[in-house]
Amino acid sequence: MDKKIKNKKEEERKLFDELGSSEYKYGFETDIDMETFGKGLNEDLISLISKKKEEPEFLLEWRLRAFRHWKTMEMPDWAHLKLNPIDFQDIVYYAAPKKKKELSSLDEVDDEIIDTFNRLGIPLEEQKKLSGVAVDAVFDSVSVATTFSDKLKELGVIFCSFSEAVKNHPELVKKYFGSVVPYRDNFFAALNSAVFSDGTFCYIPKGVTCPMDLSSYFRINTANIGQFERTLIIAEEGSSVNYLEGCTAPMRDENQLHAAVVELIALDDAKIKYSTVQNWYPGDKEGKGGIYNFVTKRGICKGDNSKISWTQVETGSAITWKYPSCILKGDNSVGEFYSVAVTNNYQQADTGTKMIHLGRNTKSTIISKGISGGHSNNSYRGLVRMTNNARNSRNFSQCDSLLLGDTCGAHTFPYLEIHKNNSSKVEHEATTSKIGENQLFYLQQRGLSLEDAVSMIVNGFCKEVLNELPMEFAVEAQKLLDISLEGSVG
Amino acid sequence: MENKNMLNIDCLNVKIEDKQILKGISLEVNKGEIHAIMGPNGSGKSTLTQAIAGREEYRITSGSITYKDMDLSGMAPEIRAREGIFAAFQYPIEIPGVNNAYFLRTALNAIRKHKGFEDIDPFEFLKLVKKEMKKIGMNEEMLKRSVNEGFSGGEKKRNEILQLSMLQPDLAVLDETDSGLDIDALKIVAEGVNRFHGPEKSIILITHYQRLLDYIKPDFVHVLANGKIIKSGGSELALELEKRGYDWLSSLSESEGDCK
Repeated sequence: MDKKIKNKKEEERKLFDELGSSEYKYGFETDIDMETFGKGLNEDLISLISKKKEEPEFLLEWRLRAFRHWKTMEMPDWAHLKLNPIDFQDIVYYAAPKKKKELSSLDEVDDEIIDTFNRLGIPLEEQKKLSGVAVDAVFDSVSVATTFSDKLKELGVIFCSFSEAVKNHPELVKKYFGSVVPYRDNFFAALNSAVFSDGTFCYIPKGVTCPMDLSSYFRINTANIGQFERTLIIAEEGSSVNYLEGCTAPMRDENQLHAAVVELIALDDAKIKYSTVQNWYPGDKEGKGGIYNFVTKRGICKGDNSKISWTQVETGSAITWKYPSCILKGDNSVGEFYSVAVTNNYQQADTGTKMIHLGRNTKSTIISKGISGGHSNNSYRGLVRMTNNARNSRNFSQCDSLLLGDTCGAHTFPYLEIHKNNSSKVEHEATTSKIGENQLFYLQQRGLSLEDAVSMIVNGFCKEVLNELPMEFAVEAQKLLDISLEGSVG
Repeated sequence: MENKNMLNIDCLNVKIEDKQILKGISLEVNKGEIHAIMGPNGSGKSTLTQAIAGREEYRITSGSITYKDMDLSGMAPEIRAREGIFAAFQYPIEIPGVNNAYFLRTALNAIRKHKGFEDIDPFEFLKLVKKEMKKIGMNEEMLKRSVNEGFSGGEKKRNEILQLSMLQPDLAVLDETDSGLDIDALKIVAEGVNRFHGPEKSIILITHYQRLLDYIKPDFVHVLANGKIIKSGGSELALELEKRGYDWLSSLSESEGDCK
């Protein structure tokens, strides 16, 4: 290579490095008095968590059954991921901010916690909240605040922490909890079922269109803690809800585990739209630290004409292992999966979806956009299953990968299972492209910097997915894409 | 005394990989002048455009390009653009998913920022761009479409002219902007270029055919062959080329050029 070009490239790289060092804005730690259970995982710990949360007997039994089952399982190794072994005895399973007294209103939440969420851009004081969004804030193992609960209650909408739901609505929890993701489902779902500590519960009654978006914000703070939360959303007949989810964690050199389970249930004519912007700490530029994100998300379109739509923008985590899925049980039900997964530096993502067609005339759409830079690896893994009963059903899948350099990888693993079903149609399209020198130069010749040119091309590439996000989330997601990709082209 | 010089190319040698494309080109363009560069395919016309615009792969092995008294070597392409160099490409690039209006506004604001101006008001921008589109017969729908994606050849060229009129550079290098256009489109594009032209604006027209020069009157015509300018003259030279082709000049290609 010509020396001048080389120098220029090095200069660019240096510039990116400098930008890179300040890239994760949410890496601070909150200094607050925590109640923490010691490291280690055993039945005593599980009983302790259950007791702490004053749970009914059925839940403790469920936890213990899950734990016993988990002990018989092995960590899955089929994903296209390289990871350090996880010592499950070296993890803190419960940490909660010490309450100064019993909380009866938001005014009594610790200032440090309010301040933490303010710094994350999630103000918990209701009058300051962005209009139209109610928030459940989860800090390590517990939900610390839920906004707008009372207002929603007037319509019969239940929006509260999972712990409160267990106390106040045990019949609903008992009916639906574990019905979409049984504890036997997989290794991380079993672990979560044994040790989960809190999460979000939403119930939308018959015929109600939830008047505001509901959201959860997950924050990991304590070192060595694993966060294991449950989210359960039930949309009764003819109801609809938009749900948003965000997350961040401090920068630490050790890997931390996040293993959540999300269950969605949509009854006849109900609609659930679930959007995630995942921004867990991705580790540093050398691949040190970062969150291991092993998440099981699944929704069932239980009723006829129901619809579940997943949209995710995955920019964070050292490792992402996540396949938000739809079981299309009701006739004419619709499942959608829109995903942007960005990996840079040494991040690894193995993500995709499962669309299980059981009912007749069911439809699913999969749009996946993978962007990889640095030394990262980005895999799409998706299953489409058409069962014998799923007459006249359709799936359309499109998986596009964009490579930003020569040292990153993009992989596509599509699985098709069609069981004695001639009336259904499955389409799959996949492309892999490298960001074009011609495109970059064209934009630069019109006055855009290299970074802005990359950002513009990437945003264009992801457009179909970003369009699915609610407005404020889309803006946030675009900023995150820019930050995540700094230093990826040079 | 005011400096009239816009662009000064001095004994320029350019290589792509190991291939010598330009072999000692000198060219002086003053403010307000229109220069036409003509020549057969493969003579190095597009390379000259790319070298002026600052494409990395086009390496200057000797000689220099000076723009408004600034040495362009080592100046990033986006800085050249912001300083007022605009290259209209023979094959405008498609950017899927990027809204044409958004792209144009971002480019305009990048240039304005460089000059110390504030971002253009979005409504002001929309008014302006619609006015310009009307002049070149572009449908407003094209604003919402992705940059050049699915545009016909003629639409792409018009889109380049739209950018030219919106970004208002000082030096426009138009690389085969006439190719692939029918006569009506050619007239519209030429009118756009003529509207842009003024006493402070210079244009380099790169073209294979004389027909564009029926609509845009050049002050000078240069013939490029085998990486060298083998003949320069006034606009009458273009007509002569039209009549006699390039062959009658081929004997000159080895002789002229006093650069090493």
